Parts: sequence; C-alpha cells; structure tokens
Amino acid sequence: MNRFAFANCTTVDQALSELKDGAVLKAGGIDLLDLMKEGIVSPPRLVNIRNIGELRGITSGPDGLHIKPLSTLSEISEHSEIRRDYSALADAAGHAATPQVRNMATIGGNITQRPRCWYFRSSDFDCKKKGGSSRECHAHDGENQYHAVMNNGTCASVHPSSTAVPLLAMNARVEIASKRGKRTVKISDFYVAPEKDVINETVLQPDEIITEIFVPKPETGTRSAYQKYGEKESFDWPLADAGVVLVMDGDKCRRASVVLGVAAPTPIRANRAEEALAGATISEATARAAAKAAMQNATPLSQNGYKVQLFQTAIYRTILLAAGQIDRDPSAVG
Amino acid sequence: MSDTPKIEVSRRGFLKSAGLTAATTVLDTATALAQDAHQAASHGAAVGPDAVPIKLHVNGQDHAVTVEPRYTLAETLRDHLNLTGTKVVCDRGSCSACTLWIDGTPELACMTLAVDAVGRKITTIEGLSHGEQLHPLQAAFIKHDAMQCGFCTPGMVMSCAALLKRNANPSLADVKHAVSGNLCRCGTYPKVFDATLDAAKHGTMSSHLLNLNPAKEG
Repeated sequence: MNRFAFANCTTVDQALSELKDGAVLKAGGIDLLDLMKEGIVSPPRLVNIRNIGELRGITSGPDGLHIKPLSTLSEISEHSEIRRDYSALADAAGHAATPQVRNMATIGGNITQRPRCWYFRSSDFDCKKKGGSSRECHAHDGENQYHAVMNNGTCASVHPSSTAVPLLAMNARVEIASKRGKRTVKISDFYVAPEKDVINETVLQPDEIITEIFVPKPETGTRSAYQKYGEKESFDWPLADAGVVLVMDGDKCRRASVVLGVAAPTPIRANRAEEALAGATISEATARAAAKAAMQNATPLSQNGYKVQLFQTAIYRTILLAAGQIDRDPSAVG
Repeated sequence: MSDTPKIEVSRRGFLKSAGLTAATTVLDTATALAQDAHQAASHGAAVGPDAVPIKLHVNGQDHAVTVEPRYTLAETLRDHLNLTGTKVVCDRGSCSACTLWIDGTPELACMTLAVDAVGRKITTIEGLSHGEQLHPLQAAFIKHDAMQCGFCTPGMVMSCAALLKRNANPSLADVKHAVSGNLCRCGTYPKVFDATLDAAKHGTMSSHLLNLNPAKEG
C-alpha cells in the first residue's frame, strides 16, 4: 500500500472539507484497501467517515426506508422491518461476501464498489477503465468467462454490488452532499453505462458523500426476493443473480420489477421480463417465459454463453420465490 | 496412550500449532504522545503519512504503538505487539484467517487500519483464554482435533467463539454459517462443526472437555 495521510472525521461538514486534492473516502474500507493493496488506486489522503454518527442508522417510516450509508450489510440483513417489507434487500445484503465482511462493509461502499474484472484489478493491464491507453476491452479477446453478457461492447466488466439489484428494483434514491449542497439521484440515474463514462461507474463526484439511501414504501401486495448463483457456496461474487419485486393481486401480478446484477457493467432492469409479467398469473410457465424474454438480447462473449442460461434459471426461480410459490432455491449460493 | 492426556503437553502443542502465544507482553503503557495523536485523530486533523503514535486497546490492556496510517491492524498486532496468533494469509479479506473481534464483533484485521482501530475494543485469539484456562472452544478444538496445518485455526476459533457468545445453543447450520467465510484448505470443517457443537453442549467446562477421551465418546 502507498503511504497516505489519514483524516478521521466526526461530521459530514468536516469530511467535505477534507475531501480535496485527490483525497478519497474510507468507510468500511473493504473495497478501498483491496484496490490500494493491488496498486489500482494510490490516494494521498484517506478521509475516514466511519465515525460520523449522522451517517449511521436505519429508520423505517410511513414514507419508506431511510438507510444511512454507514449501515453495514449485517445490520441491513438482520433488520426486522427490512426482512419483512423489503426482503430482497435483506437477502442481497445477507448473502454478499462473508460474515466478517458483512460486519464491516457499509451499504454506501457496497453500491459504489469497483468492478471485479481481473483486467481492471490487475496492475499489469492498462485497461481503459483505469485511464489506460488500450482502446479495446481486454476481456473481449481474453479470458471472459465471468464477464458481462449484455451491454458489453465498450467494457465487459459486471457490476459487483448485490444490494444495488434490489435497490434498483425498489426505485431507491441516493441522497448526496457536497460543498455545493445536497442533491437526490434516482438509483437508475446513479449508475452510468461505460459508453457514457468508461472510468466511473456512478455519478458520484470525488468531492461528494452519500448521506442517505431512501427506498419508497412498497404498495400493498408487494413481495420481493433476491437470489444469486455462483461457483462457491459462500464468499464469491455471483455468476448470475436476480432481484424481483412483484405487486400482487392474489395470484395475479399487477406490476413487476426484474433486475439483473452481474449481467452488465451496471445493474439493469429486464424490461421485457417486466412486460411479460404485468397482468399475468404467476406460474412456472409465465416465470420461465419472462426469464427467456429477459435474456433475448444477450450478447455473450467467447467463454460466457453459459451465463445466459444461468440467468434464465436465476430469474424464473426468483420470480417464483418472490411470488411465494417455491422456497429459496437450495442451489442458490451465499 | 493414557486415558488422561497430559494437558500441559497437549496444550503446548496446540499453542504451537495454532499460534496461540500466551500474550502477556504489554508494551509501553500509553504515553502522553499517544494520547495527543489519538485526540488529533479523533477530531478531524489529519495524521501521517509518517508514523504516528496511537493507543490500541487489545485484550483488556492499552498498548502504545507507533505506526504509519497504512499499517493494517493485523500487521500492527503481529509485527509491533508480538501478538502473532492473528494470522495473515490472503491479506485481502477473502480467507478470514485474521478474524478477531472489534467491539465484540468478528471482523478482519487485514482490512482494518490500525489507526482506525483506536478507541475500539480489540480481542484477539490470545485474549480468549484466561491465563492457563483455555476457552471451552479451544479445549473442544483439541479434543476433536479440529485443525491440521493450523493457519486458519485462530480465525476459525474466533468465528465460532463469537457464535457461542451470541447463541449458546447453535444448530449445525448456525455453525456452518458462522464459518462460511473461514477458508480451510486442509478440510477440517467437519471437526470444527463437532468441536463447536460440543463446546456449546459442555458450556464452560473446558478442563472437563480436555480430560474426555474422544475415542470413548465415539
């Protein structure tokens, strides 16, 4: 790790004042220290926000769920109201990484973590995501079995955050503060496709701090689920995952949100699956048809065609789980 | 072999293999300098990149130590405080060998900066036993031979002991979940599960556990 100065802050204002000249925020530190140990980033100063009391806590009110960014994945997955009313979010937070990482990693850090692409994470490759000179994405002609199967033309990395999946399916909003004031960004606008900005995955600027993640109260009849599929039973990023929110009227689905996490460089909504489910009675047949529709436009690379099938399985089983028609899939991981 | 194992000998062997150094060494008591740095670090003023004196509260005692902000808690415990029970294997938060407790919660020493652990209660594997008295789980690990190379063992023990602290009567699924981040390439998991469930059953009777003959227990 490079040498750096360390500024421990106890208020957001203090942190915003320190956040200049290449300084970066440190909360749980899990992703940041990993990037620093690999030499991918070498900030001259860390601004420690971990001890800022106003960035801690979860409150569930009549308008929805207010999650402060220092809430750990453990706190989110164990929160009784999140488990009851926002279960896909509890599932995603509770199945990420390891118990130890979940005790340390914060939701703010989780939704802003950098991709796991091995070309990005290796200092040996001059990947354009790191500002390197290579015009081509190394994964296109390289080892790409874990890479994106959609929207992968510019950069084939996949988005690593599992909590971003239900947050997108639940139309969450991210509140951001800087010296210029506060702004609120819909999570659908928070993530940026590589065609727009190949270096940054989010609209968060270097001088900004996430101050809250807000999830609107679900309508009556809403059910949700998240499942991930991968190689290892625990501590691994998924190969396929799906977050599903269904607004149900008996067996009939009035409206559906289906979000895919590691399919593309950003979490994406599977619009065709949502259209297929709207107004339909949820059954294995309709769930499978929706899953197939979701993957219709997939553009797999040389080694990851299997992910298209795996996503279809993840999607249809998670639809059925959200609808309460099956139990959690024993072959899902986490 | 005798039905009653030589506790001292087996314990020493266990300590050696699991790196359970009896940590009685307390370095310098906290100096005024460390206090100043602690206060500076708590109130927004930046410290580093040069080495900075800090005070760490480890296993019930304050330790003064001077480290650069880039030093992890794992490096600081091992290299500066001679508490080598905490193992560093992957150094990336992937294997959980460095698991210790921070304010009672299992966390990773390799992904924690020492300067960020100031003011928090740190418990390492060395702090689990009370002098000569092993934690029941440590005794159960010996009884069930729940280790081979021993590198993952301190982290395993800290994960399982945290589980027992939270849940005195865990199920097998609870134990599996508790160690789901602890990688053991020797494959000692079944014995770790047995040891943890046995320790839960026997409560605090660690010496009793040590005297049991595993062969007779089946």
